[in-house]
Amino acid sequence: MNTIQLPSITPIDHVAVEEKVGRLNKRSIKKESKVLALKMALSMMDLTTLEGKDSEGKVRQLCQKAKQPHPAMPDLPHVAAVCVYPSMVRVAKKALTGSDINVASVATAFPSGMAPLSVRIDDTRFAVDEGADEVDMVISRGAFLQGEYQQVYDEIAAIKEACGKAHLKVILETGELHTYENVRLASDIAMQAGADFIKTSTGKISPAATQPVTLVMLEAIRDYYYATNKMIGMKPAGGIRTAKQALQYLVLVKETLGAAWLTPDYFRFGASSLANDVLMQIVKQQTGSYQSGDYFSLD
Amino acid sequence: MSERIEVLKTYKTYVGGAFPRSESGHYYKVFDSEGDLLANACMCSRKDVRDAVKAARGAFKSWNSRTAYNKGQILYRIAEMMETRRGQFEEELSKIGFTAEEAKADVNASIDRLIYYAGWTDKYQQVFGSVNPVASSHFNFSLLDATGVVAIMAPENSPLLGLVSVIAPVIAGGNVCVVLASEQYPLPSISFAEVLHSSDVPGGVINILTGKKSDLAEHFASHMDVNAIFYTDKLDNEMAKQIDELASNNVKRVVKKPVEDWYASDAETPYFIMDFQETKTTWHPVGF
Repeated sequence: MNTIQLPSITPIDHVAVEEKVGRLNKRSIKKESKVLALKMALSMMDLTTLEGKDSEGKVRQLCQKAKQPHPAMPDLPHVAAVCVYPSMVRVAKKALTGSDINVASVATAFPSGMAPLSVRIDDTRFAVDEGADEVDMVISRGAFLQGEYQQVYDEIAAIKEACGKAHLKVILETGELHTYENVRLASDIAMQAGADFIKTSTGKISPAATQPVTLVMLEAIRDYYYATNKMIGMKPAGGIRTAKQALQYLVLVKETLGAAWLTPDYFRFGASSLANDVLMQIVKQQTGSYQSGDYFSLD
Repeated sequence: MSERIEVLKTYKTYVGGAFPRSESGHYYKVFDSEGDLLANACMCSRKDVRDAVKAARGAFKSWNSRTAYNKGQILYRIAEMMETRRGQFEEELSKIGFTAEEAKADVNASIDRLIYYAGWTDKYQQVFGSVNPVASSHFNFSLLDATGVVAIMAPENSPLLGLVSVIAPVIAGGNVCVVLASEQYPLPSISFAEVLHSSDVPGGVINILTGKKSDLAEHFASHMDVNAIFYTDKLDNEMAKQIDELASNNVKRVVKKPVEDWYASDAETPYFIMDFQETKTTWHPVGF
């Protein structure tokens, strides 16, 4: 078993992180570049439904939307993946047959992760056996906050092994980690343990994704890349509802990691209501009129 | 003691229950009847329209689902608040050329108009809803429901009574609205917003913008989330045509009701409520 190389985390300058985010948010993206960025955001979306009331019909509807986000504009890109609970993977897989949209599944007793490791591993295997292309796991925040970093690392490594070929996204649940230093440390542990993506949140805890937290994680990815030459992906999730926010995130990625990360292979948005706002903005750019939710699918 | 300097009010807009400045950062000068500068008013832009429509849409569901009785109470409350601040309105009107008598009459009529529509909130459904005779074994009835977000271009020459007369029937029927105040006399509309602010009207139900009709009419008319557009002035043909054409994109109701005299008996009528109602008819099987 590997032991983890704990990085020496220097305190993170809160003010600098927040100021930098504030400064990047002032970037003005208009007209053609805006349309391109909106389409890019759409192609990076993990269209998500993670509710106790999810039904097969709901998942099929979401898959339809994933394939064709807005029937009135058939030329739009499709989204990157559909993200569902393990019990819905089979349904999603079938509904997406013939497309190259991935099925992502949350696993490991999402959202709390409060189940024995063996159960979490079984949960992961089940999702992969059902056909999940990507697995979104949660880390043990309790163990992390107690300083049991090795345990957190070992668990991620075990889940990574259970994933087989499926890509692993590690959810840090930054809303429960409280400090930027913890976010940075958790990011480093996850990347060392084999994460393909690191992801901010489950969407079940407030605050979910914030831009400063995302910036801290992006910087962790950048430093890891410099040290190892491995590109790790980033997925902010939860609380991203408007096209404007999505564009701001894209600017953060571009400025921190560069254009190489601006593809669905390395950057994703975990969101459910974001898609409609992005679509409404694209249609607004095309028609010149502000749009109404009445003309977009309810989801 | 040094001589006191008067504290002047900054007139802003009223959107979502708050008083933001125009997103555009632009202003225009408002003059009194002598030609002296009274204040700067916000020159709202299409983004202010967008923000106001968003606020209105957000407030619609909750406002429309309030009981008729409660909507009546709130309209009555606006009248109460206005009564206590009548001096402010009378002064504002006298500065723009109303005589003391006229200003008093205008404020009286505005308050009374609110009471009038407060009374209608729990009655229009009874008067205009219907049970319909049908030749099959169905109980067939028609109920009214609010149209949604209504864009209102308030009367240009009746900055208070006209304003109140176009807003009250719209909200009495469960709609929410975005109002463009009189371009030349916008100040009473913002003072009216202060009354609304202290009258239990939920934020976003009534949003008031100031600025140029010629700038904003097209944005009201083209916005897909606006369900009706309402004006009572005679607009020039080009603008009226543009509104009709753009409104057709989402089949907005375009309600043009020319009113010459806001004191006339037909200036307060439940048909103004009816102009912003959708009729829903239900066929309920009976006799099985």
